[in-house]
Formats: sequence, C-alpha cells, structure tokens
Amino acid sequence: MTTEAGSETEVKKDSEQLGPDKAKDKPEEASETPENQKSRETSSEEAQDSSSVPVPTSQSSPSSQKKEKASPESKGISRFLPPWLKKQKSYTLTELKDETKKRTTGEEKVVEESECQTAEGVAQPKKSLEDAAAENQHNAKADDKEEKHSVSSAETQVCPAKEDGKETEVEKVAEEKEGKQEEKEKRETKEVQTAEIKTENIPQKSPKKYKTVQCKVMLLDGTEYSCDLEKRAKGQVLFDKVCEHLNLLEKDYFGLLFYENSEQKNWLDSSKEIKRQIRSLPWIFTFNVKFYPPDPSQLTEDITRYFLCLQLRQDIASGRLPCSFVTHTLLGSYTLQAELGDHDPEEHRSDCISEFQFAPNQTQEMEEKVAELHKTHRGLTPAQADSQFLENAKRLSMYGVDLHHAKDSEGVDIMLGVCANGLLIYKDRLRINRFAWPKILKISYKRSNFYIKVRPAELEQFDSTIGFKLPNHRAAKRLWKVCVEHHTFFRLVSPEQPPKAKFLTLGSKFRYSGRTQAQTRQASNLIDRPAPYFERTSSKRVSRSLDGAPMGISDQSLLRDFPAAGGQAAGDKIIDIEAAGQAKLKEGGREEDGSPVKTPQLELTQDGKSNSLRVDGENIYVRHSNLMLEDLDKTQDDLLKHQASISELKRNFMESTPEPRPNEWEKRRITPLSLQTQGSSHETLDIVEEKKQAEVGIEETLDIDETNKGKMQVATDAGETCKVEHLSKKDSSSLPSDSSSSSSSSESEDEEVGEYQPHRRAIEEVIREEQEEKEDVKRKEHEEKIQHVEASPEGSKLNVPVEHTKVTAEDLVQENAVTIATEEKNLSEEIKQDLSEEKEEEQLKLNGDVSHVDIDVAPQIICCSEPPVVKTEMVTISDATQRTEISTKEVPIVQTETKTITYESPQFDGSAGGNAGVLLSAQTITSESISTTTTTHITKMVKGGVSETRIEKRIVITGDADIDHDEALAQAIKEAKEQHPDMSVTRVVVHKETELAEEDEE
Amino acid sequence: CRQALRRVAGPEVDLARAEREHQLYVGVLRGKLGLQVLELPADESLPDCVFVEDAAVVCEETALLTRPGAPSRRKEVEAMKRVLESLNLNIVEMVDENATLDGGDVLFTGREFFVGLSRRTNQRGAEILADTFKDYAVSTVPVHDSLHLKSFCSMAGPNLIAIGSSEAAQKALKTMQQMSDHRYDKLTVPDDAAANCIYLNIPSKGHVLLHRAPEEYPESAKVFEKLKDHMLIPIANTELEKVDGALTCCSVLINKTSEL
Repeated sequence: MTTEAGSETEVKKDSEQLGPDKAKDKPEEASETPENQKSRETSSEEAQDSSSVPVPTSQSSPSSQKKEKASPESKGISRFLPPWLKKQKSYTLTELKDETKKRTTGEEKVVEESECQTAEGVAQPKKSLEDAAAENQHNAKADDKEEKHSVSSAETQVCPAKEDGKETEVEKVAEEKEGKQEEKEKRETKEVQTAEIKTENIPQKSPKKYKTVQCKVMLLDGTEYSCDLEKRAKGQVLFDKVCEHLNLLEKDYFGLLFYENSEQKNWLDSSKEIKRQIRSLPWIFTFNVKFYPPDPSQLTEDITRYFLCLQLRQDIASGRLPCSFVTHTLLGSYTLQAELGDHDPEEHRSDCISEFQFAPNQTQEMEEKVAELHKTHRGLTPAQADSQFLENAKRLSMYGVDLHHAKDSEGVDIMLGVCANGLLIYKDRLRINRFAWPKILKISYKRSNFYIKVRPAELEQFDSTIGFKLPNHRAAKRLWKVCVEHHTFFRLVSPEQPPKAKFLTLGSKFRYSGRTQAQTRQASNLIDRPAPYFERTSSKRVSRSLDGAPMGISDQSLLRDFPAAGGQAAGDKIIDIEAAGQAKLKEGGREEDGSPVKTPQLELTQDGKSNSLRVDGENIYVRHSNLMLEDLDKTQDDLLKHQASISELKRNFMESTPEPRPNEWEKRRITPLSLQTQGSSHETLDIVEEKKQAEVGIEETLDIDETNKGKMQVATDAGETCKVEHLSKKDSSSLPSDSSSSSSSSESEDEEVGEYQPHRRAIEEVIREEQEEKEDVKRKEHEEKIQHVEASPEGSKLNVPVEHTKVTAEDLVQENAVTIATEEKNLSEEIKQDLSEEKEEEQLKLNGDVSHVDIDVAPQIICCSEPPVVKTEMVTISDATQRTEISTKEVPIVQTETKTITYESPQFDGSAGGNAGVLLSAQTITSESISTTTTTHITKMVKGGVSETRIEKRIVITGDADIDHDEALAQAIKEAKEQHPDMSVTRVVVHKETELAEEDEE
Repeated sequence: CRQALRRVAGPEVDLARAEREHQLYVGVLRGKLGLQVLELPADESLPDCVFVEDAAVVCEETALLTRPGAPSRRKEVEAMKRVLESLNLNIVEMVDENATLDGGDVLFTGREFFVGLSRRTNQRGAEILADTFKDYAVSTVPVHDSLHLKSFCSMAGPNLIAIGSSEAAQKALKTMQQMSDHRYDKLTVPDDAAANCIYLNIPSKGHVLLHRAPEEYPESAKVFEKLKDHMLIPIANTELEKVDGALTCCSVLINKTSEL
C-alpha cells in the first residue's frame, strides 16, 4: 500500500528539507519510545517524538530515519509540513502555551496537533548528524523500498520489523491514524506517527509482513487475470504483467482502469504506486483501451487490433459508442465472421447469434440482419474481419471520445469529450463546439472548475478562457489528466517533461509519462516477431461483463460503508483500509489477499487510536517550513544548520525536479545571508507577486462566486489583503519575512490547481525565480509558529488550528491560527485523498503556482501575515514531540455535525515555565480571500527570560461541496508552515461544520 | 405555389415559368442523369409542397420525417411518408411537439451533419436528428439572416462545401470548420443563393453538379465552371427563388438501388 512507499518518500523529503529537523528527530526518536508510550496512554496523541534530548547521530540517524519512514502516514498533510514537524515532535516550551492557545483558538477543534520543536540550538549540532542521517535515510529509503517489498512480506504491516518495522509500524499507525484522521496521505503521517505508531504497534505487532497483494484485472475478453503484486508496486508493474499475459506489444494504447464507482473511472498512473492511487478501493482493475488509434490500420499487429475490437464491442454493446441500426448489424456481422468464421447455416442458428450482444437494445430483426450480412463476409479471415470492423467503427462520430459530464458557464448540462483531435463540447447529443488541440493554449483546473485557454480567433486579439464546471474536484482533475494525456499522446512527438518542481509550488505536476503515438508507432515498427497466435474468445462473455460493472458495484459498497463508519473522507479510509488490509492480510494469511476489499481492515481503521495518527499527516506539512531557516542573528551553528538545510533543500529540489535549477540555490548559498534577508528587492518582488495574486483572486471570485456565497462575506480581494499583510509585516518587523508569506500564499493556491500548457511560455520562468528568492528569504527567518487552522463551512465548520512552536534561544513563539471554514464536512478525507495521490506531486505543484499567476485561473490566496519577528537564533532545546489529541470523536459523515480534531504537540518537558509570561506585543491581522478568511494572532511573550512568539492563525474555509476542503486545509497548513519556517506547529485544530454528510465530493 | 410562404414580399411568381423550370429540373435528374424520380402529387392546399426537401432527411437506409417549422407545412410530411415507406426505408418520425426541423437546415457532408438553428429549426429537432443518425456527428450552426442553413451553402463535391460570400455565410462556414474534425475544401461563390447547388455522384457519370444558371448569377457560375472534374449542369430557378426556393429544396436525394 501507500504506506511503505509513502514513508520512504516522505522520509526523503523530510530529511532533505529538514536538515535541522533531522537532528531533532533523532533525539526525538531516541526518546520516542517513552513518549510514544505516553502517547499511547494518551491514546489520542499522535506519535510525536517527544524526546527533547538530542541523541547522538549514529543511533539517531538510523532510528530517526526509520521513524520518519514509519511516519509515512502523515504524508498527506505532512508533505506540506516540513518533515521536522514530525521530527520536531519534541516540543518546546511553547507547547503548553500553544496548547492553551489552541484550545482557546480551536473552539471547535476536533483535532489538535501540537508539535513542539525543541530548541533549535540543540538541533543544530544534530543537524549535521541529521543531515548525514538524512542521507543515510535516503539511501536507506531506497533500500527500504526495495527491501520493503521483499521485507514487507516479512514485515507484515502490523509488526514493524527493524527497518521495515519502522515502515510497517508506520503503516500500522498510519492505518490507525488514517482511520482516525482521514488524512490524505499516509506517508507523511507515517513518519510523524512513527513514534506513536511504534508504541501502538509494538503491542500489536505481529511478525507478519506482507509484501504482496493480489490484484485482479478484468480483461477485454471477459476473463480475469490475477496476480500478486507488491503492495508498493507501481502501476507499470501491473500493466506490464497484464500485457505480458496478453502477449501484447503495442501496449501504449491501453491502460488499466479502476472504478471509484460505476461512473467514475480512473486510469491507473503507471508511474505511481498503485496503492496510493486506489486507496481503499479493491485491487481490481479493468484493462481497457486508453487511446483509440484514429487509424487502426496503422497498428502493427493483429493482436492489437483484436483487443481494440474487443474494446469497441464493449463500447458498442454498452451504448457508450452509439451506432445506427445499420452499423450495429454491419459491425455485428464482422464480429461473427471474426469469431465464428464463415457462416455455417447448420452451426450458426439464430439462437447462437442471439448469444452475442451487438447493441444495447438488440432485436430479432437486428440479429437476422446480422446473420444475413455475415453470409456476405465469407472468406474473410478473423484478422480481416477485425480490420473491417475497425474501419467501420473508427468512422463513428463518438469513436475514441471520452465523455465527461459538466456544466457550462451558465449552468447548462453539457458533455466534454476528449479525443485524439481535441476537446468536443456536446449538449445532449449535439456537438455545440469543438476545440482542436492546436487551438488550446492551456488546460487547467481549479477545484471543480476546468478551464481551457483558447487561441484568439482570427479577428480577435485576446486569448479567451473558457470555464466549465465539473461535478466535483476529482472529476475536474480527472478530466484535466485525460486531456493532458490525450494531447501528449496524439499531438506530441515525445512526452513533455513534468513541470519543474519548484520548491514551493503546489500545482499538479502530472504529465503523461508513457509513449506518444508517434513513439509507439516507431517502436511498433521494430516489432519483429511472428504474428502471435491468440485465441479469439467469444464476445458473448464480453458483452455480458461490460464495463466492469460488478467491480464498480463492489467498490461503491465499500466506499459507502467505510465513510459512514469513519465519518471521514473515503480517501482516508481507503488508505487506512489498505494499510490495515495489508496488516490483516499478513496476519490472516494471504488467501484473503485475493480480495482487495477487506472488511476486517476497515475495522482496524475505526479504532480509536487511528485518530492520533491523523495528526501526523499534518506534521508532514511542517517539513517545508523547516526548510528555510536563516537569520541574520544566527550563530555559527545556525548558519551551519542553515547551510545544511539548504543543501537538503537543494537535494530535494534536485530529486523532485527533473529539471533542477541548481543555480538559484548556488547563488543563495554564495551570497551572504544578510544580504538576502535584507534585500529590499525581495520585498518588491513580493509585492509584484501579490498584485498578481490579487488579480488572480479577483478572477477567481468571478468564477467561483457561487461557491463562496456562504462565508465569503468579507469579500475583499485576496490580493489586497495580501498587500496589507505584507505592509504590516514590513512595518512591524525589520526582517524581510514578508516575502515568504506572499510566496507561500501564492503557492497555497496551487494545490487544487493543475495546469497544462500545450504551448509553453517563458514568462513563468521569471516569476518562478522571484518566488524562489522569496522563499529563500523565508527560510532564513526563524520563528516559532503556532498555527491554528479552523475551517468552518457554512453547514459545517472545520477548524484546524495548527500550532507550530519552536523555542529558540531567544524564545520566540509565534502562533498562527488558521481557520478554514469549508462547507464540506470531510476535510480530512479530501486531504487524504489528495495528498495520497499527489504526495509526490505536491512539490511539483508548488511550481505550478507560478504558472497560475500568468494564467487566468485564479488561485486561492490564503494570506498569512507574518508577525514582525525579531529573528533570533533557533535553539532547539528539545526534540519536538508531537502529541495528537483527538479531542472529539470523529463523527460519521452522516448528517450535520461539527467535527473538531485537535492535533497537539506534546508539552515540552523542557519548556520554560508555563504560560505566565509577560506580554510584549500582540497583533491581529485578518486577510481574506474568496473562500478563506485568515486571522492571524501574533503574540510575543517573555517567559522566564525567554521570549516567545506565538502565532495563531485561524483560517476559515467556506465553500460548498465543490471546494476541496482537505486541500484547502492542507494548503492552509502548508502555507502557514512555509510562512513561518522557523516556527513549529504545535496545534492543529480542525473544526468542521457540515450540514449534512456530503459524500458527494468524492 | 402561388401562396407559398415567403420571407419578404417580392415580385409575383410567374407560375408558368416556375412550372417550366421545375420540369427542366426534373428532366435533368431523370432524363439526363438517369435517376429514378418519384414525384409527389401537387397539393394546392399545401402551397410549399414543392419544397420536398424540408419534409424529410434521408441518409443511407434511414429517413427522418421532419416536423417543419412552419405549421402550415406539417401536412406535407404525410405525402412524403407514404413515398418513403414504399421505398422500404427505415422511417423515423419526429413526434416531439417541441421539435421543429426543416430539411433545408440540414447539411450532410458525407461525414457528418450540420444543422442550422434557424427560425424553422430548433435544438430539439436537431437532437432528434442526432438520435436518428447515430453514426454521425451532428453539429449545430446558428443561422440568423437567411431562411435555412442551405440558403447559402451546400455540398459541391465529396469534400467540398460551396459557400456564399455574405458575412453570415462566411461566419457559418467558420463555425462549421471549427466544429468539424474534418477539413473541408470550400468553394466560395459571390452569391449566397448560388451556393445552393446539387451535387451527385453517379456511377456512370461521375461528379455531377447542378448549379444556378449564368443568366441568374454570372459571377457565381464562373466559379462553378472552374470545377474541371464535374459535369456541370446549369439550371435556372428564378421563379421559385422568389419564394425562397433553392435548387436543393425541390428534391430529396435517396441513394438506393431500388427494385422498383
């Protein structure tokens, strides 16, 4: 499942990004066990590494790595979060404060996560160690991955065995967490949770490890292919197996589908792990034609045409490919010729023919006509009959058109058809518009909106962007992906490289990774084998098992059941299920593996413990924030740390991006930190960005107005708010921390957005660079942050307070409370899903933001003002320990409910005296974007000679079902972390208010 | 035809001349081209009955009986139905009372349909046409300034669209080009009315094109005359044009090897 892979990746990310964090983690890890126990005791507390004492790297590194890996659960959210959060779990003094604040802030908190980062100072020395460890981890990760598969079998999810143990533990934990948290991705959570998980898992640990999961693939001839796959296997592995089984070489036209329900089919991305894509869905796939060749006669092998025929017969019989009566009979007659050979009056009686399904509504008359035509085909070989079949089928107007339900700008129901030539717009059965690929400049989606930017018509000067409303976010993304894939496959010579993974960009990095038609044709020309023998099976069976409907049904039932139980997002559940399933399977034996659907797993998910796990996901986000810490004031150690973190970042950057831009990093490293921080230029840049954002925001507003109605009350342009914030920041703080916020805000928007530009423009590059600069600045800043994210949807409120607390030498504690209010009930669910799917992509997404700026698509802007912070050195006193307390039970999705999830970091033992500090300053900043309202409280306290800056952010996300709350939440957390890299998140309180269970989002 | 509907008041129709022109028209199809021509009996109660095109859309083995946009013409369909039934075609009737469709708004290119949304044809009518001919894409084209889509265009060859020069005609052509996956050649003629011609692909004769006579539209006729591969047959249609009649309006082409 996702857990293992996720964990590894997460770990990598974490390690990379969080040099200092690593150090923290290590100590944390060491201390984890005790803490974990605590957490266990607390039950709700997430596994945070509470150990405040930095453990020597040697041990710590491996252990930490393991732990991190283990924490993959948290991945979903945690991606965004800098790894350190997980690692940071050791909490600083602020914890108490944070918690209190959180509590106060998280009025409706469901889950509070509090992560305390111990003094960074401590961490610094460790950092080096950590870095090493991180590297080790990376290596280990790679190893682990491989091992995991192999080992995983041994590992059995439940029992963390050594390395695997970590992962496994993580998985287990993740499962539990997932169940509770419903957060998107397991990886991150796993990492965070690892500690917790370990504690939990340990008792649970069962020596069983399983590597493999049995998958079933419904083939085009109606038969079923099953095989055992490693849990973490990528889609390609399965696809290759299937093609091998089919003896199919020209396989690029085909793909594997999995059904979320009978309607929603998703293509399995061969470049990604299966388990992360299907989540809790059963491992049942359907082998289908993905790209219908416009001219099947150009296919090289008959066997390829045969499978295409089978697909088309399904399409026709199911009604997906409409034909006239005449065409039905003609195609049916070729089918008979291909499968039965020449007409034999004795053998082929009418009852025989009626076993075939030629049409959705087959009549006696049609069968007679088919039989009549069949006689005329005498002498055609099966291959010839197939070719004739295809020659006729390819002319059908809906041949190769992938239809998607949508609404136009006026809310009229239409269908969007993606085909080899472009995008077709249908109203009812009438084609009302068509956009050929060359006319389309850009394809993007945001939330449930899908946009195409079209070249200006002959007499027009300006590009126009046309928006469509999809039923939900996932549908929009699915459509976008299909478009990207079709465009690439049919129009390009070679696949486009995925967008550069810019550091903080959020947009989907998805690109078609397979071969294009041109490439596959080229490859096909090299096919040199005798025409393979294959047996044509009767299409009777095929017709009866069309569409994999049975599969869909099972899936649906599963989905329904789970969410109801968990009350959270199905996606999360899925994840949990998977993990649990793995564990259980291992335990129970593999016989069960065959059925991807595992009810027992579900049960596991529901365990109370799972809740704590969820928190971890959020931690993941923290990672990012850790990435950038640099202060002018920093001591040598800090600088070292900084360097380390930079190198980490760089590494991440390199890894994540196919096209790394080392130059930027190099520059930064070379230039004196002070300059970077001080540069007024940065500010300027920021402002520019802001303006852009503002524009974007406005645009969004226009598009999205409907969505926002509920709470958008404060309808100021996001852009304006951003500016205000920046100004305030500048005023208050001499440090150029503002830039970071701006960039982050822009970035945050991207999560939900995916852009694809058939024709690239250079403009974006510039912007990206700017962002990078900003980011760097941000990194320099050390701040302790407490973020509260509260989301209150109209019907339901989701409050997710995220608090990051770091205790620096100077003791600055900032709290950020982010309240996100969304209509959607299941933030966690959405988040989980998104995260799980896009964990890897997230980084890429960040890059995407830039493009957004250029583009019409309006990103959401969540603005967090950075408090004027006097930067101080980050002294990590203790490793941050994360505790997750799930204060509220998660309510089953059904009906109106308020969910509060509180993730809290454990109190830092080492933290200076309680809350009784002297208040130095307090500041409240409110910013609003279309669907989010961000309130930032900044308090500076002096406690026992230590100054703490606490930032509370309350983000209210309001929206209707169209908003992906999970993503919004994830973004908010991510942003907060990014904005305050130095701060640790001590609490995340998610409060959801939902009118009724709206499962539709899924 | 004297009381035929007309969009704008105009000169009186010279009935005798109209008669002659129509007989010439039929004579060309039947005599010169060897087609089997079934003539519907004239019905003086249906002044527009000469424009049989509007009553049915026939493609391959299927005939869609339309529901003409002008209520006074609905009865024309009945006669058409009887004839088509005798030809053993699959008959589909447009029974939806919200649907209107004039055959003059239907342009079949051989690959797909374009349906003009005009005062005579509405969306629902086009949908029914799409349901009837499922094999083909059916795209809609707004028609504003003329009676029918085919008032300014028609097929002049297997892949050739004859199109008028008016702004409306050119705009409609652009729409069609955008909507189609296929690239058509276009033959632009100066006069919209002349763009309505009749193309036939007759095995023994090859490409045959009936177009408006040089006496009527000299400039447009010159354009047609550049079609070297076509057998060109100029036909005058001056009288029926006064009541918005075009060449295609007066016939429904059915490709059928009939045993009649």
